[in-house]
Amino acid sequence: MGLVTTKTTADVIKEITRNHLENDNGLLLGQCVSAVGWIGGTVPDCKNIVEIPMTDIAGPAFAVGAALKGRRPIFVVRYQGFMWYNASSLVNYAAKSKQIWDQPCPIFIRSIAMEGFGVGHTASSSIHSIFMHSPGMIVAAPMTPNEYQEVWDWFITHDDPIYVSEHRRSFALTEETPNEVDENADITLLAISAARLNAQDACEILKAEGIKCNLIHQVWLKPFIIADELEQSLKATKLGLVIDSDYQMNGASESFSYTLMHKYNMPIHALGIEDRVCGVSKEGENITPSAEKIAEKVRILLSQRK
Amino acid sequence: MRTPTLGHLPGLVDEFGKDFALELFRRGNYSRNFDYQVKKEADKKRINIPIYLTIGSEFNSAALSMVLPGVNIFGQHRCHGLYLSFGANPEALRDELLGLSTGCSGGMSGSNAIQGKEINMYGHSGLMGEQIPIAVGAAMASGETSLAICGDASVEEDYIYPSLGWAATKEFPVIFICEDNDLSILTKVEVRRSWSPVDVAKSMGMYAVDITDDPWLIAYHAKKINESGKPGFINIRTCRVLWHAGTGNDGLPEWDRYSLILAELKKLGFDKELIDIDQENKSKVEKLWA
Ligand SMILES: Cc1ncc(C[n+]2csc(CCOP(=O)(O)OP(=O)(O)O)c2C)c(N)n1
Ligand SMILES: [Mg+2]
Repeated sequence: MGLVTTKTTADVIKEITRNHLENDNGLLLGQCVSAVGWIGGTVPDCKNIVEIPMTDIAGPAFAVGAALKGRRPIFVVRYQGFMWYNASSLVNYAAKSKQIWDQPCPIFIRSIAMEGFGVGHTASSSIHSIFMHSPGMIVAAPMTPNEYQEVWDWFITHDDPIYVSEHRRSFALTEETPNEVDENADITLLAISAARLNAQDACEILKAEGIKCNLIHQVWLKPFIIADELEQSLKATKLGLVIDSDYQMNGASESFSYTLMHKYNMPIHALGIEDRVCGVSKEGENITPSAEKIAEKVRILLSQRK
Repeated sequence: MRTPTLGHLPGLVDEFGKDFALELFRRGNYSRNFDYQVKKEADKKRINIPIYLTIGSEFNSAALSMVLPGVNIFGQHRCHGLYLSFGANPEALRDELLGLSTGCSGGMSGSNAIQGKEINMYGHSGLMGEQIPIAVGAAMASGETSLAICGDASVEEDYIYPSLGWAATKEFPVIFICEDNDLSILTKVEVRRSWSPVDVAKSMGMYAVDITDDPWLIAYHAKKINESGKPGFINIRTCRVLWHAGTGNDGLPEWDRYSLILAELKKLGFDKELIDIDQENKSKVEKLWA
């Protein structure tokens, strides 16, 4: 069990936001922010909240304009699927601005993933991988209260835009999740976003079967920061699996496994969302790999190794 | 609708006065000489990147620069004139066109994405029309006035109408300019749409006018919008003399604004002054590119 704090991740987001808007002349832009649950209870009722019209093409460009004028906007998109609209000015202007014009354009992009509950294909899943393609964009996927604070502190001390791949399942979390490294483990799991929660459960399932997994939690996706513990663990287990809440094919999980495989010269596999559209029915659903699916993948990898 | 007199208001030249007229000419003429020099440099292959020349519409920017000091500027790809008229550094523009790291965008942008930090002119990303919502966001966030310029094609982009509508609703100080040369590269407006952005802007409750590229007329309306502190929209019917990109031409433009301006200035009694300014600008530009 990790360290217990009294605050949830949602509390921390709300606190950070209030301070930014009330004390630091920051802005928060989004659609229907001050209604429909104040975005999962993460937005305070205070000044400097800007309700933008329902425009997912112009909206992010409004945030770009605000960033150019030094307001360090928080730009909220309630479902990551809407990013196919919102991406254009974020990747094409905000991310490039510093490299082309030496003109910082720092935007804190809160891109929120949801899944399950029959929300269907557009509202489901994370799509942080497409943002990792974009030069100049920083990408992170914090889940716990301290991780969120760390990502915010990074944003406020740098002048780059940052794509924060949030997951609704993080909002209620209170516990930190230290990396687990046991020299005698069978495999190293590197997990991203909500896949971290399922990976935790998978580790419990496998433990009961006598399979020991090291679980490393990845917050920074771009640049991909390789923690010392990850290196230590991979060197001990000589087998890895990267698990993600985004699509596997050409996504973060495959990209990281490629990088790690070359760096450490050992088999590292990937497991993310399948390459098919997410439906509403239980059978048609296509979301973050479940604990059982992760466990099954680990069993197969270990049996192949034997 | 496309005429060199559309929206004409009598008496403006006198109203703005002689000093205004000469300075307007100095600025527009400098841009003109600059871009003709760029054409020469491109023709002799000293410039080897795509270039978007302002010739034919250079007095639009000159007029705006005369009445909108201190605004934040968001132009599009065809904006050498905008950059120069508002007083950004010509050497840095030259270097950018030559692909040097000493260019106004560090050699990262070329002709179509130039910036001028000293005049608060922000770079354009190359996505047509994107500058319009960015300009609105900047006005919203800073309370400062934005000058937001697009073309008759980019005014059709998705992001334009939410931007106009939001600026109108919240009364953000944004001066929207559409430089309407009737061309999206080679496709005329009539092929693309049956509606007018001026009607759309008006329907959103905004001051909006459809005028020709008479610089005094442009200055008059831009000044009026600026003084209102509210958003407004000006569609300027103008002519592109040379190709969309590059230095060729497809025949004579519909009208020759430069000659019309010279005629106006002569009516004010200027003659030698015009020759002197032209000579002075020409030699400055030649020296710059030597
Ligand atoms: C978003 C986007 N779509 C298409 C293009 C390709 N394109 C470049 S310039 C241009 C025409 C622009 O016409 P207009 O806005 O009228 O400006 P003009 O060139 O006539 O000055 C087009 C379609 C682009 N650069 N960006
Ligand atoms: Mg045009």
